[in-house]
Amino acid sequence: MAFKIVASQCTTCGACEFECPSGAISMKRDVYVIDPAKCTECVGSFDTQQCAAVCPMPKTCVKAA
Amino acid sequence: MNRPMISLESLFQPIDVEALETAARSGGCSSSACGSSAKPDDMAADVWERIKDHPCYSEEAHHWFARMHVAVAPACNIQCNYCNRKYDCANESRPGVVSEKLTPEEAMRKVIAVANEVPQLSVLGIAGPGDACYDWAKTRATFADVARRIPDIKLCISTNGLALPDRVDELVEMNVDHVTITINMVDPEIGAKIYPWIFYAGRRWEGVEASKILHERQMLGLEMLTARGILTKINSVMIPGINDDHLVEVNRWVKARGAFLHNVMPLISDPAHGTRFGLTGQRGPTPMELKALQDRLDGGAKLMRHCRQCRADAVGLLGEDRGQEFTLDRLPEEVAYDPSKREAYREIVARERGDHGAAKAAAVAAVKETATDAKLLIAVATHGGGRINQHFGHAREFQIYEAGPKGIAFVGHRKVEAQYCEGGWGEDATLDTVIAALDGVAVVLCAKIGDCPKEMLDAAGIHATDEFGFDYVEAAIGEVYARRFGTRPSVAVA
Repeated sequence: MAFKIVASQCTTCGACEFECPSGAISMKRDVYVIDPAKCTECVGSFDTQQCAAVCPMPKTCVKAA
Repeated sequence: MNRPMISLESLFQPIDVEALETAARSGGCSSSACGSSAKPDDMAADVWERIKDHPCYSEEAHHWFARMHVAVAPACNIQCNYCNRKYDCANESRPGVVSEKLTPEEAMRKVIAVANEVPQLSVLGIAGPGDACYDWAKTRATFADVARRIPDIKLCISTNGLALPDRVDELVEMNVDHVTITINMVDPEIGAKIYPWIFYAGRRWEGVEASKILHERQMLGLEMLTARGILTKINSVMIPGINDDHLVEVNRWVKARGAFLHNVMPLISDPAHGTRFGLTGQRGPTPMELKALQDRLDGGAKLMRHCRQCRADAVGLLGEDRGQEFTLDRLPEEVAYDPSKREAYREIVARERGDHGAAKAAAVAAVKETATDAKLLIAVATHGGGRINQHFGHAREFQIYEAGPKGIAFVGHRKVEAQYCEGGWGEDATLDTVIAALDGVAVVLCAKIGDCPKEMLDAAGIHATDEFGFDYVEAAIGEVYARRFGTRPSVAVA
């Protein structure tokens, strides 16, 4: 149960980083990544996944396969 | 003044501190105008004191002072149909575009490097490329660092307003004296055509509901700033067919809530920019459409007409961008602030400005007295300093002034895609685009112009002349106007 960031579409604006209630998002080298061990998909915190809701790029914060 | 202290032209070249200091110390100015202020008559002295060095808040100041933006705030909480921040091109100039994002620490180094090299620098702004109030931690850290190292720099911020009410108290604490809010609508139905979504209170909102929240937050933020005495500028993007008529209403609302300035800007729209409006073929307004709307707004909230819609990492005087000289890879690791150039420049400006103010006031009065209702649009090629000091063929933009019964007023600028002097190719085609850009203009004033372009402009009904090269802009316009319409003896030119 985790989300991931499609790096090729990410604008690296960083909005997801400070909206994430679990502190699961951080910058690794030049891209933002979601730590699957920390990601809760916002269950228990919000109705919608915060990273996906704030991301300016469609379909860039998505469920990891 | 009876002798040139220093050529204004030289101030825009790599600066020679010794020459500046010599000029600044070169003793008394013998002009009777010396010491007179360039303050407009209808403005309170304390307000003038706060805006006189801010190029965006004072049209007069933008001839002298420069701003820089640092792109430390990339995150945004709303999506606008005219904005696409996934774009990075050094040749693009429009809001939201940057070449490199900076950390607050990198921004600090950049500000000091610029302050050391660009003596005109007076304002540091954070205009995104996202939203400075939403990406607040980085904005705050940058302002705090800079204010500590360069205490006399003015801090300025630009926001969409959604997160603004949460930040007002901290803005006051940090002495941020100028806040720009982008307000494109006061009717959520119209807003829904401009904003596809916003992110607020932990979720995404869409449609009319989103615009209703945004509108309420914008008005609340504006009222809170006004109550605290912070000067506000409202930016509105004019989108033909969507909010062009509506901006009259916007102007009324923001004036009622104490906005200091209203800046109506044309939509920039091109499919290549990848914006929603660009891709759907939404057009921007023509220069004359923009001017017609601005003229309708005259008498409401005071208008800013000298905006250049600069990038979120612009550096320099409005209309020039020196950002590429100060990219991260060119910045030294360690920089020490050296205030000498800025201080020397300020001394010169204080004198030159008083002189210019007096020449301007005399010319405006002379034009008002001329017994005619005729209006004349005049284009000026200038590097700044209030003088006609640029070669026609080098001008990347022309300043447009209107002379008429109300005096002489700056009414806007026209950009020229490619300068006439591009070097050998397609000159005629380029001149055609210049002529198109000068639609409605009767006279062009420049420091120098060749016979060939002069004749071609003449054929297009535009009189171009370098007769007033290096004179003060308004003094020359007064003379041109007097020759066309006046019966009284012509006014003296500075």
